[in-house]
Amino acid sequence: MDLDDTPDQAAYRAQVRKWLEDHAPEAPVLSGPNALKDEDEIIAARRAWQGKLAEAGLAGVSWPKEYGGQGLGPIEQVMVGQEIRRAHVPGILDAIGVGMLGPTIIAHGSDEQKARYLGPMLHGDEVWCQLFSEPAAGSDLAAVQARARLQEDGTWRLSGQKVWTTNAQFASFGLLLARTDPDVPKHKGLTMFIVPIDAPGVTVRGLRQISGEAEFNEVFFDDVALDADAVVGGVGNGWGTALTTLMFERVTIGLGGDSMGYDTTRFARVLALNDDARRDPEVRHVLGEIASELLGVRFTGYRTLSALQRGQTPGPEAGLAKITIVNGAIRAGDLIADTFGPDALAEDSEWAYMISFLPGLKSAGGTEEILRNTVGERVLGLPPAPRLDKGVPFSELRSKEAAAA
Amino acid sequence: MNVALSDEQEFLREAARGALSRVKTLEAAREALDGTAELPDLWPVAREAGWPGLLIDDAHGGAGLDAFDAMLVLGECGRVIASIPLLGHLVATAILSDAPAGESLLADLASGERRAAYLPTCPPDDVSHEWTVDPRTGPARTAAPSAAGADGNATVSGELAFVPDAPGADLLVGVALRDGQPIGVAIEAGAAGVEVTPVMRYDATRKLAHVTLKDAPAIVLDCPVETLASAWHLAQALIAAESIGSVETALDVSVAYAKERHTFGRAIGSYQAVKHSLTEVLRQMNNGQSLLYYAGWARGGAPSEFPLAASAARSVAGRALDQAARTMISVHGGIGATWEHDAPLYFRRAQLTRRLLGGTASATDRVAGELMREAAAAAA
Repeated sequence: MDLDDTPDQAAYRAQVRKWLEDHAPEAPVLSGPNALKDEDEIIAARRAWQGKLAEAGLAGVSWPKEYGGQGLGPIEQVMVGQEIRRAHVPGILDAIGVGMLGPTIIAHGSDEQKARYLGPMLHGDEVWCQLFSEPAAGSDLAAVQARARLQEDGTWRLSGQKVWTTNAQFASFGLLLARTDPDVPKHKGLTMFIVPIDAPGVTVRGLRQISGEAEFNEVFFDDVALDADAVVGGVGNGWGTALTTLMFERVTIGLGGDSMGYDTTRFARVLALNDDARRDPEVRHVLGEIASELLGVRFTGYRTLSALQRGQTPGPEAGLAKITIVNGAIRAGDLIADTFGPDALAEDSEWAYMISFLPGLKSAGGTEEILRNTVGERVLGLPPAPRLDKGVPFSELRSKEAAAA
Repeated sequence: MNVALSDEQEFLREAARGALSRVKTLEAAREALDGTAELPDLWPVAREAGWPGLLIDDAHGGAGLDAFDAMLVLGECGRVIASIPLLGHLVATAILSDAPAGESLLADLASGERRAAYLPTCPPDDVSHEWTVDPRTGPARTAAPSAAGADGNATVSGELAFVPDAPGADLLVGVALRDGQPIGVAIEAGAAGVEVTPVMRYDATRKLAHVTLKDAPAIVLDCPVETLASAWHLAQALIAAESIGSVETALDVSVAYAKERHTFGRAIGSYQAVKHSLTEVLRQMNNGQSLLYYAGWARGGAPSEFPLAASAARSVAGRALDQAARTMISVHGGIGATWEHDAPLYFRRAQLTRRLLGGTASATDRVAGELMREAAAAAA
């Protein structure tokens, strides 16, 4: 066991750090008195910055070289993330595309799709969004109802609604999971599509959250025409393709406690500034419990990374890290607001923002309850709860659900 | 970066598991609690495996291994609640290894011919400047023993309550305050002025004693003060490792039962309420295991982080053990709360462990203290 960089890793880190130091002045300023204010300006600046990071080899670190990546391992990818945070510069704008959707296209896409889409994605010229969740299909993702119908000429027509779509307001494309055959059991009748967001019939609407900000969108599809070559991974194979995306999502979450900004130092800093809080046994006890768990997740991430480096695939237990991070941050928000009072809830307070954001995050990427089910079944080997949807054609599920109610 | 067991560490762990599997530790624990039989002396098992010398270098007859290796062995002891007085011995040898004046004592301790115990002394933190020991009762901590006399020899006076592994130890190693300054001391347990009174509290497998020192003659250990503070954190890391071992067994046994026991036509593990309580134990166990890596690495790899790492490991492991022991009982239903089952042995282990060596709560407090000290320093 060794937590230090190997000589090769140390050399790589030094090279990354040097580039970031040299180019930090070119990075967009997103906080402080000189922060960019205009949303369009911010997006434009962050696109340009992603392009520079990509040119320098700091985006798509673990993508194969033939698609513009560096062909390096997950450790180097994490090191770049650490150095970007250390340099206090923004990371890439399209983390969802480069982290999850690009790797899915690399795994399942056609040669033409790879040639057409990966380069502009990596450089931030075309931002992507993930069109999986729907109002009635979140944790039970295979219940999606967005319907793509095959036309006589081999093209498709798509109708339906997606939700919780980050970046859709400025995205060029989305990777969309749609039902193409409702007469087979629900996991079997799904197909993955590439959908241009500027296609006629696509409507993006901001979805305001507790904070009042709209960081997510609802996306509506009204008879949108898609070409035959919009299909990724084959008709009827959508579930398998989606699992690839979700696996990359798990990697991101499993390695990402600190990158989500819910780190022990940030919570300790604000409490340490107040001498009464610093000495208060109750404050110390709660902070100590939260911080020890968050530290545990950080080292669980390093264990995951070591396993990835040995070629192992991260299992569903990464979901437990998300549960620890979210619940720890919720407790930290309460502790900080209990300590500082209503001022912590002022509209411009970073803590008010965090407190507002977390209740939704609890359900993101699968609710806590469904994650615990998955981990209990797949990691501990506990038997599943009886299910009513096994082997039933999707088109018959509704009447079966109604009968059971 | 490589956070995983090496082949040698896998081997050490498997060997420990094998050695302990040949001893009926749980039966012994129950009989000792019953008063029907004395606990068997497992020190020969430890000696045969070379554990007494784990942290002593090979020049003095030890294995020259690191804290993390010792933690692996303690984890195996915790899995089967083996009553082996290693924790006190290992910490004591870690102090002696850093003091030239303690060198002559090492060979007998490495072989296990003689056994040492650590007199747990908690170093100052970010808000207190005192070195303290656990009190016999109540929330207020007691001042560390005091030492008189100049140079290499001293006499030590003071009281320490609930000292792990002290009954039967030949040598007591700890901290005393001379003119207010902490020094390391080694005291022969058989010397005049030393009283070691065994006490049993709730968990018969945990050998404890109250130690009273009245002008007891001591060798002054010329180790750095950092070693004395680090010894406390090493004890925290070791008890954390031992706790996580117990959690592993408690979870395995609970999961196995949840798969085979049926109610209302279904295995109880298929109910979300049961499934979620078991995944909660898994969650805490995973976090605890990860922190064992951190603590095991930090002692040598980043000493300034060792107090944080060891305290965090103790804090998470302690809560994990509480949770695992209670979950083990509730998953088993009524039988889990009876003498018929092993669950009460793990519950007793959890209840007592939580209150030893400063308690889980003081480790939690130190996590906050270390982070706030760091944050305040960064802000200044």
